[in-house]
Amino acid sequence: PKAHRRYCCLKRPLFSSFPVLPQNHNVVRNPSLYNKPFVESYEETPLLVAVLTYMGYGILTIFGYLRDFMRHWNIEKCSVARERDEQKDFVPLYQDFENFYTRNLYTRIRDNWNRPLCGVPGSKMDIVEQVSHDYNRTFQNTGKIMRDVINMGSYNYLGFAENVGQCADAAIQVTEKYGSGVCGTRCEMGNLDIHQEMEELVARFLGVESALTFGMGFATNSMNIPALAGKGCLILSDELNHASLVLGARLSGSTIRVFKHNNMVSLEKLLRDAIVHGQPRTHRPWKKLLIVVEGIYSMEGSIVRLPEVIALKKRYKAFLYLDEAHSIGALGPNGKGVVDYFGLDPKDVDIMMGTFTKSFGAAGGYIGGKRELIQYLRSHSHSAVYATSMPPPVAQQIITSMTTIMGEDGTSLGADRLRQLSENTTYFRRKLREMGFIIYGNDDSPVVPMMLYMPAKIGAFGREMLKRNIGTVVVGFPATPIIESRARFCVSAAHTRETLDVVRGVRGVSGPLLMLRFSMNPPPPPPPHTHTHTQVGRPGAPGVHHHLSG
Amino acid sequence: KLCICCICLGLYNNKNRKEKRKTKMASGQQWVLVEMVQAFYEAPAYHLILEGILILWIIRLLFSKTYKLQETNKLTEKEKEELIEEWQPDPLVPLVSKDHPSLSYDIVTGPPSHKIIINGKECINFASFNFLGLLDNDRVKQKALTSLKTYGVGTCGPRGFYGTFDVHLELESRLAKFMKTEEAIIYSYGFATIASAIPAYSKRGDIVFVDEAACFSIQKGLQASRSVIKYFKHNDMEDLDRLLKEQQLEDHKNPRKAKVTRRFIVVEGLYMNTADICPLPELVKMKYKYKVRIFLEESLSFGVLGEHGRGVTEHFGVNIDDIDLISANMENAIASIGGFCCGRSFVIDHQRLSGQGYCFSASLPPMLAAAAIEALDIMEEDPDIFTVLREKCTSVYHALQGTSGLKLVGVPLSPSLHLQLERSSGSRDTDQRTLRRIVDYVSLREVALTIARYLEKEERYLPPPTIRVLVTVEQTDEEIQKAVSCIKEAALAVIS
Repeated sequence: PKAHRRYCCLKRPLFSSFPVLPQNHNVVRNPSLYNKPFVESYEETPLLVAVLTYMGYGILTIFGYLRDFMRHWNIEKCSVARERDEQKDFVPLYQDFENFYTRNLYTRIRDNWNRPLCGVPGSKMDIVEQVSHDYNRTFQNTGKIMRDVINMGSYNYLGFAENVGQCADAAIQVTEKYGSGVCGTRCEMGNLDIHQEMEELVARFLGVESALTFGMGFATNSMNIPALAGKGCLILSDELNHASLVLGARLSGSTIRVFKHNNMVSLEKLLRDAIVHGQPRTHRPWKKLLIVVEGIYSMEGSIVRLPEVIALKKRYKAFLYLDEAHSIGALGPNGKGVVDYFGLDPKDVDIMMGTFTKSFGAAGGYIGGKRELIQYLRSHSHSAVYATSMPPPVAQQIITSMTTIMGEDGTSLGADRLRQLSENTTYFRRKLREMGFIIYGNDDSPVVPMMLYMPAKIGAFGREMLKRNIGTVVVGFPATPIIESRARFCVSAAHTRETLDVVRGVRGVSGPLLMLRFSMNPPPPPPPHTHTHTQVGRPGAPGVHHHLSG
Repeated sequence: KLCICCICLGLYNNKNRKEKRKTKMASGQQWVLVEMVQAFYEAPAYHLILEGILILWIIRLLFSKTYKLQETNKLTEKEKEELIEEWQPDPLVPLVSKDHPSLSYDIVTGPPSHKIIINGKECINFASFNFLGLLDNDRVKQKALTSLKTYGVGTCGPRGFYGTFDVHLELESRLAKFMKTEEAIIYSYGFATIASAIPAYSKRGDIVFVDEAACFSIQKGLQASRSVIKYFKHNDMEDLDRLLKEQQLEDHKNPRKAKVTRRFIVVEGLYMNTADICPLPELVKMKYKYKVRIFLEESLSFGVLGEHGRGVTEHFGVNIDDIDLISANMENAIASIGGFCCGRSFVIDHQRLSGQGYCFSASLPPMLAAAAIEALDIMEEDPDIFTVLREKCTSVYHALQGTSGLKLVGVPLSPSLHLQLERSSGSRDTDQRTLRRIVDYVSLREVALTIARYLEKEERYLPPPTIRVLVTVEQTDEEIQKAVSCIKEAALAVIS
């Protein structure tokens, strides 16, 4: 178990033409804290790719200005919605540069997002076919439906997005009994028996004393952090934290300091400095320190170094807020998230937050922790006091899927799904890496980002994949750093090896076509039992997959 | 340091230039160089020595440390360790007192419909925002069920990433059609709707004029926007006018800044906290007079006010295009979950990339969108439902007038009324407890009421403690009479 592996170095400075020394802060510093190997890789961006990517953006920007110029002089017809004539003399609602990116870059490839589904977002999905006759400003349905598109985009980790089976049956019964709404807040008249039942179950599932649930995952973060921290508190936030955590921290009025992604050296330095120097200007000691991290980072596919975070938190008496939006259900031998994955004690995490949207195929979020914490939130959370409580069918979906995962339904369906997800993840990640794509993230993370880099490849990749009946998510700036555009696959327990093989087969076509095999690492040796060791690659090493030039 | 260098170089250059002028200046570039070398030879030795010393001095200044760091001020590692050992944080949360009202939520068994079972007792529901009785409507339920059987429960993704369903698009176009606007956008959570919409437009440096009585989600939206916030007295147009005039004066002083400072008025159609209606026609006049945009939050008025339930614009006959953005939730009259914004495409479309609660949150479960569509169908098919609601509201309002010890807050058209203590004891807790006793007394007689809850420390202008009375179309005249007489009885028994 001590065998911790070398950790490939993270993104190197852009345009650096010098060989970069391995950045030691990404090496597991305290291997004794881990009960299993912790392997994450971030192969650095090849220099040529970085240069080409910037050139791509340069060309797009020049064209953008050119077209804006033509629109300004009415040479090109401007199809964008305009301000009302009556309000032309108002202060403009948008600053022009705000929309430059949207107008000239995003709109070109807009068809890759917001594709409407007309069925269950399961392992395969049905997509409404759309066309645009005005260069992606509006879309019209063609009347056709693209059936059985392989779904690599939904966060359906455990495959509970279903319209048949025990979850759906239970939800149907509850809808018949309760209807779909609530028309009240938890504090007033919206606290139903089904909510109580769900919260007891959630607390038991998480292994905490008590839990509280909310109708929206985003709001769980943004409306509860302000109840936990305030003026005179310091929030230490990972640089890649989700928008909801950032918003919550901002609304709380606390001071926010950001540490490098998953970088324990950076976190420790902030913690030490905070305690030693106290608040800026007044130098009063901070009231409390709150570390905010996520379990799995949805754009990087990385897993938080929880054992180290907990060690730091204990050493510096900070509190830990763990957002398990993507990891709950998707990680750990019992599906209980990142705490379960590392074999840690849930009591060491002060605030266990997560969402039901992903693995449970429902909606909403929860917070679990000590009884005092939950009691406090019951009376002080913005969400509990002002927001309508969770709809009963959704609550039932959570109850059924959770009991299935826990095996309390008397079947092994849950355990099967967990095993399937973990197998699929390993298999899929290995296959992609073998083919020479640059894959980010932890070996055990079902979120698999694959690097595309160039802006033109974002659109091309999404479309080519859809042509081959595969739905993937592609993301670019501002969701990622400007040169690190990527495609993201979410592996699901509902996928069978065949569906994943289809993806792989198509990869083969899509790879040479778009020249995406950027990786300069040697392909991983065939695995079967032990995990493979990823090494920092050297250009020109034997067996290099470098398809850029051809 | 640099200054000295500059002065030195300046002196040197001046000298050279003078010399250059003495010799023929116009004679080509290489001559200047030659002359400079010549001047160097011709210069007296003392001068060269002086210049040499100056140059050395400059070099020394450049490479020496500006000042010596005071090493003694730095903490040693040991001292740091001691500080770390010493520091004790506040507890994560303060202890909640055992008798805090929120610790024991009332438990509703079964659906919170017209007949509601609270803490095991069946009551007539005067406590749910189910104004049109659509919560347990069979048609809505059937539509939700059909949708559930097609799509399952969750969407497993945000709108951008395969979380858009055809029902979402249908609901958006239906809402836009219902409200007679160009476009609508739906959110998966009512609270997040206006709270996301405001910061999508109003940024740091912009100015928002907002009514004091604005509900909590507006307050949070304003806070997230980091704009300058100016509160005007509740429904007081003179006060608003005063603030706008002040701003106008300010703008004259700094026209350049005024040109890029967006201004907004944010009001509610029917106020959550005060149960009265905003004076929309006057607000629209102000809008054009001072060139301020209006954002209107209609969570309570949508599906309630107006002949067809289109809300406060229809109520006043105001052109809906004069309102820049209308936001409402679908959790009250529609009896589903989520919220929407509607208006012109120019305004609304921006939220599809900038509305945080839209972009970064999982989308609304399709069955809830389907339920909302069916609710809209019902509202469109039978606009009489709004007349019925209005009649009920008015009759409850008049019946509750003159309850001894309790003051009725609101307007006759509002389905959400407040009962406030006529004479406060001065302590919020005591008042709250008195009101709670009334609620308990009434619930023993099978009428369900609730106390309006607020985060007392967080509200900008905390409303006084009140009992909420919610009117729905399902309440029969007898039930209303019964409830009213119960309340009067309770007030007599508890307050006197």
